[in-house]
Amino acid sequence: MEDYKVIDHYLCVKLPEEVDHHKSEAICRNADRLIASQQVNNVVFDFEDTKFMDSSGVGIIIGRYKKISCFGGKVFAIHADRQIRRILQMSGLNKIIEIME
Amino acid sequence: MINEMSIIFDAISTNEGFARVAVAAFVTHLNPTVEEMADIKTAVSEAVTNCIIHGYENRGGKIYIHCTIENGVLYIEIKDKGVGIEDVEKAMEPLYTSKPELERSGMGFSFMEAFMDELEVESTPSKGTTVKMQKKLQCGDWILTED
Repeated sequence: MEDYKVIDHYLCVKLPEEVDHHKSEAICRNADRLIASQQVNNVVFDFEDTKFMDSSGVGIIIGRYKKISCFGGKVFAIHADRQIRRILQMSGLNKIIEIME
Repeated sequence: MINEMSIIFDAISTNEGFARVAVAAFVTHLNPTVEEMADIKTAVSEAVTNCIIHGYENRGGKIYIHCTIENGVLYIEIKDKGVGIEDVEKAMEPLYTSKPELERSGMGFSFMEAFMDELEVESTPSKGTTVKMQKKLQCGDWILTED
């Protein structure tokens, strides 16, 4: 299950096992609600449980990046495995977000 | 030897996971690598999502998948009888999306192209769209196993 926590203006989104179009709408909605209501500056996407992601996941990250980057916020990806890193690199997202261990 | 498989299912988002796992399961006997499996699943997921969002515009319909394995090559056809695409070339441009309000990345076709060896899109407005993809798997079914 996905999970959302706000700590020190950082929104941490724990992504589900499979990030596809089916899951993406709810994730965008939940994240945006917290970004608007909890003074979120930065967003961290945690891929620890994630084994599959398609271009819908790229859409989620780009959408949140657009929302917070105009206020100087940053987006981070953590615990991304090889497959997820491949998607992040192929989409060019690695140039605008920070990929960490 | 030719091995074939067909499935028909409803164009609803809950079936995206089913579709990619079904195609992946069909190729398991060829012992594909983890990477090849991920490539196939991603390509199928992109094509099926396109049928649901664009082909049928979230109003439902049927999606038809037909797979063939011949000489270690996987051929996948994913078809909808939806609205079709006016300008296929434009639809295939990286980052282009006809529905920016849905926060799509516009990378569906780019991912299919990148993860498969061949991609062909046939579309007729108001008739539907067929996506044909193929991928050569490292361990072809013509390779004899030791035991």
